[in-house]
Amino acid sequence: MRRTRIALVVDPVACDGSGVCAELFPEHIGVDPWGYPLISPGEVPDHLLDHAQTAVTGCPRLALTLVRRDG
Amino acid sequence: MTPPAPAGRLRSSAVVSPTGPPVHAPTGTVRLLAGVSGDDRPVGLGEHLERWGPVPRWKGESLIQEIERSGLRGHGGGWFPVGTKWRAVHRAGLRRPVVVANGSESEPASGKDRLLLCQNPHLVLDGAVAAALSIGAPDVVLHVPDLARQAVEGALAERRRRGLDPCVIEVVTAPDTYLAGQESAVVNTISARNPGRPSFVAVRSVRERGVGGRPTLVQNVESLAHASLIARFGAEWFRSVGTQGSPGSTLLTVSGRWPEPRIVEAPLGQPLGEILGLAPGVERTVQGVLLGGYGGGWLTPSEALAMPLTEEAARHRGSSIGAGVVVLLPGDVCPLLEVSRVVRYLEGQGAGQCGPCVHGLDALAGVMESLAVQPRTLRNGLSDIPTLCALVDGRGACAHPDGVARFVRTALRVFEGHADLHLQRGPCHATHPPVLPLPATRRRSGR
Repeated sequence: MRRTRIALVVDPVACDGSGVCAELFPEHIGVDPWGYPLISPGEVPDHLLDHAQTAVTGCPRLALTLVRRDG
Repeated sequence: MTPPAPAGRLRSSAVVSPTGPPVHAPTGTVRLLAGVSGDDRPVGLGEHLERWGPVPRWKGESLIQEIERSGLRGHGGGWFPVGTKWRAVHRAGLRRPVVVANGSESEPASGKDRLLLCQNPHLVLDGAVAAALSIGAPDVVLHVPDLARQAVEGALAERRRRGLDPCVIEVVTAPDTYLAGQESAVVNTISARNPGRPSFVAVRSVRERGVGGRPTLVQNVESLAHASLIARFGAEWFRSVGTQGSPGSTLLTVSGRWPEPRIVEAPLGQPLGEILGLAPGVERTVQGVLLGGYGGGWLTPSEALAMPLTEEAARHRGSSIGAGVVVLLPGDVCPLLEVSRVVRYLEGQGAGQCGPCVHGLDALAGVMESLAVQPRTLRNGLSDIPTLCALVDGRGACAHPDGVARFVRTALRVFEGHADLHLQRGPCHATHPPVLPLPATRRRSGR
């Protein structure tokens, strides 16, 4: 069966390392030694999509995007 | 399939030129360099057409199919299948596409694209125009370094006098920076918007939205030159040298062995030792072989000289044929000093746009400099190096940090014994002049 997978993508040019996303979605986003987000590889599990959406809307630089990967 | 003849019928491997005698496909492995005299004089249009004849006109998508069948891959560094890329741009949208012939050649140890542009410009232009006709692009942009402008503009003037090309061809000077040749940076330079710096294109590539928002084919000039010969002589002719999986020939810029770098054309799949005519045992005078350029990776001399020269074999060993750079690092230099100089250069050549790359490459360059000249200050030995490589890999808008990580990881593998010596006994007291070339360019300006 085909289903839509959702992945989080950060635009590294737009990102300024505010760290807001990691606070809003710590289950999926960590920070590196310089404060920039380290996003867990792979898709966002369905039950965490709300948190992912909160992180996307919370980013002050609008650097986070949820992308559909049909598969 | 054989290519359509421009006029008359096709005879064996000869394409009939309407203006001259039959043109024979070259039978050896020297293809792109056939006719290049080496006296710095560009091959003129008359001589070019006498040698190769005009490019036959292919209908519809037939040349795209032929390029797909040829197995030609991109010689700019990515080794992406050329036919797949043409098809993707051809189908990318409603707007008419743009073809960019990319000759910026920003790998400092590479010289083959400059050689083609300065001495055999018509072969590149033939390929660019054939690509434009195939994908329905009315415009071609030649993105070339300043030193190639004169040869390219001279060639264009010759073609205009004959009314050869049914498309608009423009020349844009490539900045002399390391990232200038990166696909999205090329588009930004041509669009005069954030010139010379890459964009974040993971969501939408330049194939869909490039120059002026139009679908854009950015293709390396060597790839286009190969395509122009496939358009003349067909995929089967192209595949008659090289291997089944890696057909055709490739240009290599080889340095470290002779006083001056040499540019050779070699069949893919042949071992480098054979290509360079190196006697067995020569690997003992070489410490390591850099393949691909600073975005490529190091190999041990024995594996580099013995492995079949294919992109798969190179990737399997953590390297890449990349832009066709081969540097044989002599035995009497400190490899760690060479590597640390290059890493600092690459750090300085970053676009300064992405945090992990800005901070990570600076940290990595610092650790590599310490390893080269003050190894005892490294409290964690070599262990910070793979950690930093992992922290930059895949985290930029472009693949610059990934390339630096590959350069460093492979250097550490090939020069591990030397690194251990540094940690135990201190740095080399090297006085050898640098082997790996670094252009005298300014550091990037701020964001």
